[in-house]
Amino acid sequence: MCRLAAITSNEYLNPMECIGALETMHEGHDGSGMGLILKNLGGELAEFSDYPVLSGICSRDGLYTLDEYLFHAGFRLKHQWRPALRPVKGIKRKDHYFAKVYDYPEEYEDRSREEKEELLIETRLTLRRMGEANGSITVFSFYPDIVTIKEVGDPLQLGEFFGLSDSRLKAKIIFAQGRQNTNYDINLYACHPFFIQGFGSMTNGENTAFVPIREFLASRGFAGYTGYDSDSEVFTHILHYAVKKLGYPLHYYKDVITPLGEGDLGRREDGEVLSLMRVALRPLCIDGPNVIIGFTPDGSCFMVHDAKKLRPGVVGGVKGKIGLVSEECGLESMVPGRESARDIFPMKHDMVIVSPGAQEVRVWNQLYGWTTIMN
Amino acid sequence: MESAVRLDHNHELTVKDLPYIVVWREDRCKRCGRCTAVCPMSAIEPSVVTRREVSSGEASPAPKVTRKTVVVVRQTTDIERYCTGCGACTLVCPNDAIEPVFNPQHKLLFHKNPGGHPYRRGGRRNDPRESTLDHLKFTRISMLTDPALDAGRHEFRIRTYLGRILPPEEMPFRVKEDKLMLAGGSVRFVPPVREIYPVMIGSMSVGALSPTMWEGLAMGVAYLNEVDHMPVVMASGEGGIPPRLLKSRFIKYFILQIASGYFGWDEIIRAIPDMVDDPCAIEIKYGQGAKPGDGGLLMAEKVTKLISEIRGVPQGVDLPSPPTHQTKYSIEESVAKMIQAMSMAFGFRVPVYPKISGTRTAKAVLNNLLRNPYAGGLSIDGEEGGTGAAYNVSLDKMGHPIASNIRDCYLDLARQGRQNELPLIAAGGVGKKGGLAANAAALIMLGASAVSVGKYMMQAAAGCFGDEMNRCNICNIGRCPRGITTQDPRLYRRLDPEKVAERVVEVFRSLDVELRKIFAPLGRSTELPIGMSDALCADDADIAERLRIGYVC
Repeated sequence: MCRLAAITSNEYLNPMECIGALETMHEGHDGSGMGLILKNLGGELAEFSDYPVLSGICSRDGLYTLDEYLFHAGFRLKHQWRPALRPVKGIKRKDHYFAKVYDYPEEYEDRSREEKEELLIETRLTLRRMGEANGSITVFSFYPDIVTIKEVGDPLQLGEFFGLSDSRLKAKIIFAQGRQNTNYDINLYACHPFFIQGFGSMTNGENTAFVPIREFLASRGFAGYTGYDSDSEVFTHILHYAVKKLGYPLHYYKDVITPLGEGDLGRREDGEVLSLMRVALRPLCIDGPNVIIGFTPDGSCFMVHDAKKLRPGVVGGVKGKIGLVSEECGLESMVPGRESARDIFPMKHDMVIVSPGAQEVRVWNQLYGWTTIMN
Repeated sequence: MESAVRLDHNHELTVKDLPYIVVWREDRCKRCGRCTAVCPMSAIEPSVVTRREVSSGEASPAPKVTRKTVVVVRQTTDIERYCTGCGACTLVCPNDAIEPVFNPQHKLLFHKNPGGHPYRRGGRRNDPRESTLDHLKFTRISMLTDPALDAGRHEFRIRTYLGRILPPEEMPFRVKEDKLMLAGGSVRFVPPVREIYPVMIGSMSVGALSPTMWEGLAMGVAYLNEVDHMPVVMASGEGGIPPRLLKSRFIKYFILQIASGYFGWDEIIRAIPDMVDDPCAIEIKYGQGAKPGDGGLLMAEKVTKLISEIRGVPQGVDLPSPPTHQTKYSIEESVAKMIQAMSMAFGFRVPVYPKISGTRTAKAVLNNLLRNPYAGGLSIDGEEGGTGAAYNVSLDKMGHPIASNIRDCYLDLARQGRQNELPLIAAGGVGKKGGLAANAAALIMLGASAVSVGKYMMQAAAGCFGDEMNRCNICNIGRCPRGITTQDPRLYRRLDPEKVAERVVEVFRSLDVELRKIFAPLGRSTELPIGMSDALCADDADIAERLRIGYVC
């Protein structure tokens, strides 16, 4: 099963803090891989927060193709972060790991944010298609203030391999997941966390409702709803669809994936809306077993479970530094000085939302509304 | 030359030509006459024969001839009175002295057209093989990576929606602070949607069914809703429903059908001002899986006082429904006139959907319906559906299997991103081999939002004798030996509506448990696994390829 460790903070943190948490949870994962997303970047990338960052892996030929394509598309390279790789036994090194910061093509300078986002996603998908057949290009994200790193191997060893402990790569939000998708063939595109247009999430457990959800999303007419090498990718896309496409406030994500039963709808002021929403979004209902940890473009982070809470998850920390992890030992490693009695173990109707900068922690309960745990 | 017909019976049939041969055991029979009285076809009759017995009581042959006259039970070879194998005789015989036995060499179809009238019957397609649905199995079993749910412990919600569902983008919501509210004012019309149990009782009319059978089904449905809180609904079939029911609060459990004869609708329209609740839905019948392209016929014998009152017609006349709705010549017109008119009649509060027979053109119908915002679903009735009366050729050779029809339609909807907007209702052969839950679940995973069953309910709730070996299947002649499809009080008094209702409740309770036993290991409990085709495999490679599911062996 995947082990998940996310941290959100008002200070820039080293990704090894999350990787260390994965290590404490090692008992539950097989060390087969790691996915890492860094948001609200610090260090050498801090000054480029308005510019899109392309994260990925390339072969030598792939890099040439990628550079050529982006150059002709009008993207201008502003900066590049490349990990100082260290040989680690058992980790098969690929030619190039990169996070390249670009400036938008000139004709996009005055375009709206929406148009820029469309361009970025189209570009990412094109690059993915270009490199998919021969594996020469793998791109994980292309978006401002986001870096994604994924590779096969033990998370701790991968941290060493990428030289992350000494790296100047830092971020205020770090999401780490400690396992390749070993249910299927090893495929880096199947590795969590997943990202789309500012929204990211990682999940553990298998998604039994995957096929109807995939069919629904893939037929929304949005190019970004593709891939699905992992059944968990749909959770990220449902988040994007509910919040960005439909414009729902974040806590309705819980009502979309785990709608209330008919008998409970009357207990909510917005019961009539929920009743219609439950019908219209029926194909997006999940049945678990899952815990989902995600973030939104504004830097809010959340944790939510399936309606039967078939997977564990805990949120805790101190003001300014909150961890969201799949096992409590991971939290102990990330925020050791916290008051553990105030840790939150969200139940089946709960969604824990941590505000940007970890200033406030609130629990949204589908039946009882908001409870502020920390502010 | 004089014909020898009279002497050698050459133009008569032999019992070996008939589909069932009555085996009568003279030594057990006490000549009570119950079997001959109960036989709906008069296929057996008491007869007197003279027997010549030659015996010799001496040490050396000294033949002595005696003659005695005995009463026997004789099977007729008259094709109009052939034994249908219903077994009512066996049922009533106190001494196990009589039993019809299937004769695989029979030549019924060679002879069952006297007077130039083709063979007509009730029942469903005479094809005893397993249907496509019975070749499907559920192979996605949650194991370790996603522990299976517990059918007995976890909360299950086995419900579906009937009615047009707006795409999420068109829902009239607005955000106020951090809440979603319904947008006020003149916003988008939200069509009515019913939350129902995903297996419904299919259209069987008052008229085709006996009063006791219909009443039993209706009572069972009411009990399931009111006591068991299972929102099972039942479609009326063409011909309306009893006026008292129309004006009762129970009307919400019924789908009213309008078909090409419009029978019963005078009474329904007149009752609208007095209705205390809305019907569940309106079904417009354009076709029936058992007899595609054919209309209905309720024989004069079945048009009793009650039926004539409900249907608003004179007593004792044949009631034919035309094969098509005579005033419609295009689907646009059908949709505009029928669906919108019906929606309007009920104040746009009731879902209206058409029912068609399974056909290769179903996708064309589907796509036309998609363009009309009032179409509340599409019911497709496959070739193995049942009927009260049809030509045998229609039953046996016309129509389209439901599995591939539903799958094609669902995939077409999914391709357009509209799989949740227009619910598909699948019917026709569901539970043919008794596997109601498995067949229903398979259809749902192929893409159906709901499943409709008729024949199975008659078999399970009232013991209908009919089967795919052409047993009984005489629903059309009004002499149903079980009292299910007859208007003859001597026959329908045999059927206790209370017992039918009890069985309906038992059937649905057990169905519900079985559906949970299927859905739980797949890891689904909150929503129906509509289109969850990864859970489904076929044990036949061709079926798997056609339905675009996995093949297992």
